[in-house]
Amino acid sequence: MGAGVTAHKRRRADAVPAASLATGATVAPPGGWARRPRAHGLRAHRPWAHRPWARLRRDPLVRVLRLGRPLRWRLVLAVLASALATGCGIALLGTSGFLLARASQHPNIVAITAAVVAVRALSVGRGVSRYFERLTSHDAAFRVLADVRVAIYRRLARLAPAGLAAFRSGDLVARLVSDVDVTQDLFIRGVGPPLAGALVGGGAVAVCLLILAPAGAMLALGLLAAGAMVPPLALAVSRRAARTTAPVRGELAATVTDMMSGAADLHAFGAQDEALAAAAVADGRLTAAARRSALAEGLGTGLGMAACGLTVWAVLLLGVAAVSAGTLTRVPLAVVTLTALAAFEAVTPLPAAAVAITAARSSGRRIAAVLDAPDPVREPSSPLPLPAGPVHVELRGVQVRYAPDEPLALDGLDLDLSPGRRVALVGPNGAGKSTVASVLLRFCEPAGGTVRLNGADLASYRGDDVRALIGGCPQDPHIFDATIRDNLRLARPGATDGELADAAARARLLGWIESLPRGWDTRVGAHGTALSGGERQRLALARALLADPAVLILDEPTAHLDSEARSALLADLLDVTRGRTTLLITHEPEGLADVDEVVVLDHGRVARRDTPVPQVHLRRVVRAAGHAHSLPPGNPTSHGKGIRQ
Amino acid sequence: MRPVDPRLLRCSRAARGHLIVTIGLGLTATALILAQAGLLAHALAMAARGHGVAALSATLAAVAAVAAARALVGYGGEVAALRAAAATKSQLRRRLVAHALRLGPAWLGRQQPGEITTLATKGLDALDAYFARYLPQLVLAVVVPVAVLIRVAVADPISAAVIGVTLPLIPVFAVLVGWHTKARTRSQWRLLATLGGHFLDVVEGLPTLKVFGRARPQEEVIQTVSSAHRSATMSVLRVAFLSALVLELAAALATALVAVEVGLRLLTGHVGYETALLVLLLTPEAYLPLRAVGAQFHASAEGTAAADRAFQILDTPVPAGTGRRSVGVDLRADELALTQVTVSYPGRARPALDGASLTVSPGDRIVLVGPSGAGKSTLLALLLRFIEPAAGTISVGDVDLAAIPVDAWRAQLAWVPQHPYLFAGSVADNIALGQPGASPDAVRRAACRAGAAEFIDALPGGYQAPLGERGLRLSAGQRQKIALARAFLRDAPLLLLDEPTAHLDQGSARHIRETIAALPPDRTVILVSHDSDWADGADRVIRLEHGRLLLPAGVAI
Repeated sequence: MGAGVTAHKRRRADAVPAASLATGATVAPPGGWARRPRAHGLRAHRPWAHRPWARLRRDPLVRVLRLGRPLRWRLVLAVLASALATGCGIALLGTSGFLLARASQHPNIVAITAAVVAVRALSVGRGVSRYFERLTSHDAAFRVLADVRVAIYRRLARLAPAGLAAFRSGDLVARLVSDVDVTQDLFIRGVGPPLAGALVGGGAVAVCLLILAPAGAMLALGLLAAGAMVPPLALAVSRRAARTTAPVRGELAATVTDMMSGAADLHAFGAQDEALAAAAVADGRLTAAARRSALAEGLGTGLGMAACGLTVWAVLLLGVAAVSAGTLTRVPLAVVTLTALAAFEAVTPLPAAAVAITAARSSGRRIAAVLDAPDPVREPSSPLPLPAGPVHVELRGVQVRYAPDEPLALDGLDLDLSPGRRVALVGPNGAGKSTVASVLLRFCEPAGGTVRLNGADLASYRGDDVRALIGGCPQDPHIFDATIRDNLRLARPGATDGELADAAARARLLGWIESLPRGWDTRVGAHGTALSGGERQRLALARALLADPAVLILDEPTAHLDSEARSALLADLLDVTRGRTTLLITHEPEGLADVDEVVVLDHGRVARRDTPVPQVHLRRVVRAAGHAHSLPPGNPTSHGKGIRQ
Repeated sequence: MRPVDPRLLRCSRAARGHLIVTIGLGLTATALILAQAGLLAHALAMAARGHGVAALSATLAAVAAVAAARALVGYGGEVAALRAAAATKSQLRRRLVAHALRLGPAWLGRQQPGEITTLATKGLDALDAYFARYLPQLVLAVVVPVAVLIRVAVADPISAAVIGVTLPLIPVFAVLVGWHTKARTRSQWRLLATLGGHFLDVVEGLPTLKVFGRARPQEEVIQTVSSAHRSATMSVLRVAFLSALVLELAAALATALVAVEVGLRLLTGHVGYETALLVLLLTPEAYLPLRAVGAQFHASAEGTAAADRAFQILDTPVPAGTGRRSVGVDLRADELALTQVTVSYPGRARPALDGASLTVSPGDRIVLVGPSGAGKSTLLALLLRFIEPAAGTISVGDVDLAAIPVDAWRAQLAWVPQHPYLFAGSVADNIALGQPGASPDAVRRAACRAGAAEFIDALPGGYQAPLGERGLRLSAGQRQKIALARAFLRDAPLLLLDEPTAHLDQGSARHIRETIAALPPDRTVILVSHDSDWADGADRVIRLEHGRLLLPAGVAI
């Protein structure tokens, strides 16, 4: 059943961000630029924004590059070191050429002493500066990465969770984070080598121009071809090849997925061979497409080598002609030829740079979309102070819409959370239950109706202040990759060990924690994988109890649990919330006899509200409400147990 | 990791052919490198002696020809390599998919969902770098230094000695540094992994952090952790980059040593200008491929890791029980008996099925009931032979089930799973899954009996309507009806049904019950259900609890 629900949510989530993330960079969000607070490194709204090069500043790649500005001197240092290393290599061969050509004229040894010293120095300089360059560039890139992370985090912290579609799917968050990591590669491979290449290539061309102008011009042409034209061309060709094979690749992936997901059916019906034959056909098509595209994909390598070889040939030809014309002697001839030969070292890393830049551009697009996403809620300019004493929350006719073209997620909800009252919000998945929690936590702005906290509009308080009063356990509470103590203390950093133990005890978790060999210092693993589903939920409950907000929201606290664990946890949490203002959100109507009111939601509307009713009756109500669309397939059977026995 | 994975070369003829082609191209490329150096040295030396373009026309033409040839060899090599990679991937992919399917649903259920698909497509694609970049570079790294050394030795033995002494330093230092880094990296690995995952962890947990008002303080934590990660990584890199330093230094120093030493002898007339130039041009070429091969080795690591995983799967033995005896079993006549059968899943304390004994006679209609997790589906999986009993025996007539070939046994079964899978293809294809040659008429009849005909006729395209991932979305009930039609068309002696009416409305459920009740008397039915309505038509209702069979002997609950 769990899988069904997640798949449903994923599909919905995938459809939205694909559009919103992709267009974020170019489409101004509603609400205009001016009012929105800008994130770090972003100054889109400026008087000169209409100038042509303002477009360049809005380019996702440029915006990612600008995030590295605070560290520009370190980056410059890395580029210089890289240029020095490559330059030493080129000069080493050029000077060696000078050394041999001069020596072949049998002069006094003094004539070549300087060259001998230079050659030795260059050889050591090359190795050392390359080492230094690698360290500097990696160090700078890691520092930029830290800055980018903080900048993105700051923005995400304002957006989460309602302001960014990415938060509706864990996969998208992971992709965004890896997009941020891509910037590291941009600063190591994408920025340094082209700049260093331009510097060193320019230097080599200048030397050759001084010696023999036409040869210098030839070298400039050759380097431009190999460094600036071939890598983007090769990249474009391979991207085109990838596009043409994409449908065939997709077909193969679909066939294999089909086979693996339906393996049981194939085995039971003896249909494996037919399925394998279908996969072989798809594989054959992909292989044929790959063979065809190989012809184009080899071009980059071939053209790069041709540019190098033919440039050296042309320089040699021009040099020999100049020597026989008497305008050049053997020494500059050797220097110009060997320099041209070595100069192509400057363009060797450029194909990799082209790949890094392209990857950074598409990541940059998604990063820019995050930086540009509008705030989901407006913070008040002069917020009210937090009320002291009992808290009373009142919702009247609340409507919520996630996007202009989406139906209302919540339509006309009335709800009273007066002190000590416990309300259960019940309904099938997608009914709008969690939206209520989002409204109360100031994660999203209602499109209509009023939300009042002790009589004042909820929006007139600061969001962080509201969440100090209204809190609890969000849907899918995140368990951090840290110790149990850290995960719990997060709810109240100043809490004493006694208070931690007390909260854990009330969530019926203390005995288990103390039974662990490392106790409170047990690490829970990424996403709390070292814990069972029940332990995770109880840890989240303990967190909510430790935070002790005036209004406690528990959003699906029993999700992903089997029925035994579910009823145990539900009983415990109803026990522990007695006398607290509580909003309990669940799609399981069982075991709610204890609450003061049960509100059944369906399609964003209240389908029914009641003081606790007989179980069977309530079950039918919920089932009828969910029948139309989305009670997950496994659900009816687990509901059914109650009455059939 | 080894420099060359013999399994990759052994697995396909294309790969072996590719190795031969690559070696051939590598030798050609080496010859061209030597030729280019020789021609350049000759042209420079002759020009120094006053020869003009006309006198050197042959040499200059040869320089152009060699340049063109090198580019062509580079292009041809890459094309050949990519094609060999495509062929090898194709063979590996087909074997992988076939083997994974043969390993069966029980094994697949233990893998990460989607892993095989990702491995077969994206994973193996990373082998392109291995074939197209690493292997050719490896060949060059072996051939070029040796060839250069020989050529230089012929021209000038003293320079050859200089190269011969410095060249081995590179692999030696690379290995030494590699060892050192490995040890260091391993000790830092845990730290790096924890720090590296921190940002993702925090971003994923942002909603939770916001609820507890902890979002802002995390900014500083991110900065701190990123710094810690940087320091830790840099301390590893400071050592790792030493191998690159050694490579660069050795190559540059050798060039400098050769240049100075040749230059001084040139000065005293002990060596000719052309020879000196040749030696100078060749010296860096000896080191170049060694430097490149290291980088390509790392670039191809992803591909070889994918190949490793593929070979690991290919080496997984297919479950036993593929008996070879061609025993003629017929469940229309033979009795099926389970004796003290126990099944345990790895990682579970309690056996899923605990000493179950059961006799099924031809024509029996058996209903299995019990709470979820009691072992009902395990019992069906046993009969489907997706899993093997850990203890106890299953026999058909007087033959042990394990001795019967799996395919022959499954030909006796039809199965309606709890979550039937619909494949990409038409409705008719999906119904005829077990009988690919079935006539349209037979498909239609089966659909009728399953109560599916009505909605299928209403679909756009009817029986030819596309299903599966990119096809129509059917409701759970409609999927169930197609699965039932699939089973009815199979017309097998033993029908296994797992919650066949769970998603059906009352009317459809009744229709299905009537259809099953009307099956010919020699058809055996084993049915898992929560629904007490089935008890009426059953010969026996068997209750399962905690893996144990409780036989209430025909008493309906």
